[in-house]
Amino acid sequence: MTSTLTISHLTKAFGGVKALSDVSLAVEPGERVALLGHNGAGKSTLMKVILGLIAPDGGEISVCGAAPGKARSQVAYLPENAAFHSALTGLEQITYYMRLRGEAVSGAMELLDRVGLGHAAKRRICTYSKGMRQRVGLAQALIGHPRLLVLDEPTSGLDPVSRRDFYELLDGLAADGASILLSSHALTEVEARTDRLLILSGGRMVAEGSLPELRREAALPVSMQITALNGYDTDIMAALPDAIRLNGGLHLNCTQEDKLATLARISAMQEKVTDLEVIPPSLEDIYSHFSRRDGQ
Amino acid sequence: MIARIFATAVTEAHIARRNRWVLIAVALMVVFSLVLSAAGSAPTGALGADRLSVVVASLTSLSVYLVPLVALLMSFDAVAGEVERGTLPLLLTYPVARWEVLAGKLLAHTAILIVAILAGYGVAAAITIAADPAAVAGLGALWRLTWTSVLLGATFIGIGYALSSLARRVSGAAGLAIGLWLGLVVLYDLGLLAAVVADDGGFFTTDVFPAALLANPADAFRLFNLTASQATAAASGVGGAAATIPLWQSLLSILIWPLVSLALAALAFRKVEP
Repeated sequence: MTSTLTISHLTKAFGGVKALSDVSLAVEPGERVALLGHNGAGKSTLMKVILGLIAPDGGEISVCGAAPGKARSQVAYLPENAAFHSALTGLEQITYYMRLRGEAVSGAMELLDRVGLGHAAKRRICTYSKGMRQRVGLAQALIGHPRLLVLDEPTSGLDPVSRRDFYELLDGLAADGASILLSSHALTEVEARTDRLLILSGGRMVAEGSLPELRREAALPVSMQITALNGYDTDIMAALPDAIRLNGGLHLNCTQEDKLATLARISAMQEKVTDLEVIPPSLEDIYSHFSRRDGQ
Repeated sequence: MIARIFATAVTEAHIARRNRWVLIAVALMVVFSLVLSAAGSAPTGALGADRLSVVVASLTSLSVYLVPLVALLMSFDAVAGEVERGTLPLLLTYPVARWEVLAGKLLAHTAILIVAILAGYGVAAAITIAADPAAVAGLGALWRLTWTSVLLGATFIGIGYALSSLARRVSGAAGLAIGLWLGLVVLYDLGLLAAVVADDGGFFTTDVFPAALLANPADAFRLFNLTASQATAAASGVGGAAATIPLWQSLLSILIWPLVSLALAALAFRKVEP
């Protein structure tokens, strides 16, 4: 099966400032890919290039087998802070978008129900909360059967329950073969709900892969927190020269490879230790590792 | 294509209805037409024209100011508003061409303008004919005024879209629209008249002046209606020139201007990068 989205060596500059340089990626049908990066890393620019809203300076892009902007009926987009005309009702707005996509408008109410807006469908959007406007945005992205969904921070402004519902919707779409590219700041939810992570930093793709792959590649140290039995901390420090005193306990960093050996040494002294806590590098640590690598 | 244009038109009509634009446009036209028809109902026997033709001549002078104003007021927000609200990027990712978006907006705004024009002129005609049944003779002139007003309105709606695309900010678009209205509708004529007076029957008066009148959609509209009805050349400062310009030239200007302004609008909109 061919990729839904292929980008190779994409470059885009705004007035001499490089927004994207040499970005390459591919998204397969049914794949959920998360795009991570700090503010200004180029996430929104990359999405706009994919959508054909802005033209790239160099590189090649294929969206559903066509140039960007040429396969618009197969691509859905949810902009960051989705905005709509405040004088329209949710139903009117969705009806309009359905007509533009050539879909039967009889499904508008059902679509709004699907994102939990059925009760407010006939109210004007100016009376909606931020989360409700975001759901209008989600609803419009679900119109038709898009093969590629480009979602710019789709869960911002949604409460935890709505977020879970949203990712369940995405799972269903991906199971039907749709490709999903979403950007997010909420690392923990992205970790559990996507197949692959892409990290952009300063317009470059600095890392790509599943979370375990990135974890391995980053090779960040595992930290251990050892609580010594009264008076034995000096013994332990003698046995583990890398340990330092921290917050009344002992703190130790070791590489992934040394983890088991270190644990074995600690368990050999178990009569001197009351507690041991092993803390793997968090998603935030991995993310900062990659996004700061270029001196950002 | 047609479905997408209609979808945009229906949505724009909803927005215009909620923003009270329909109400404002209709109220403006009706109130001013009422005032004029009341004034026009004064005895006019000496002119030898029916009362409706006299009212039409007054309405022509009114519409030259009011129709472009209403058209610009409705259209200046069309693109800049979408840019400022942030709704344009999403709209442009839909399978809809930019010209289809503009065409949909044009359809809605022109429809509102037609309603306003019909209401205003209709009230004026009803009052005049009620006062003097012989005034039905002027219905031809009124019909001519109606369709040329619609074309004039479409021209300025197109110009409004073009300005809206160029400005990209609502405040800037509003300023440009008002400036353009003042320039084309008010100052243009004053400037031409001043030049004619200074020129005193020279090359400017004979060659440049007629072309300059035809080049301005508002002047072409006034010329065409006054020449065609031949009712009251004295009703307008430029009436004297009306006699020297053939009817077909002003008609051509009226017909071509909407196409030109809409083409400009489409070009300007294409340059807008969301």
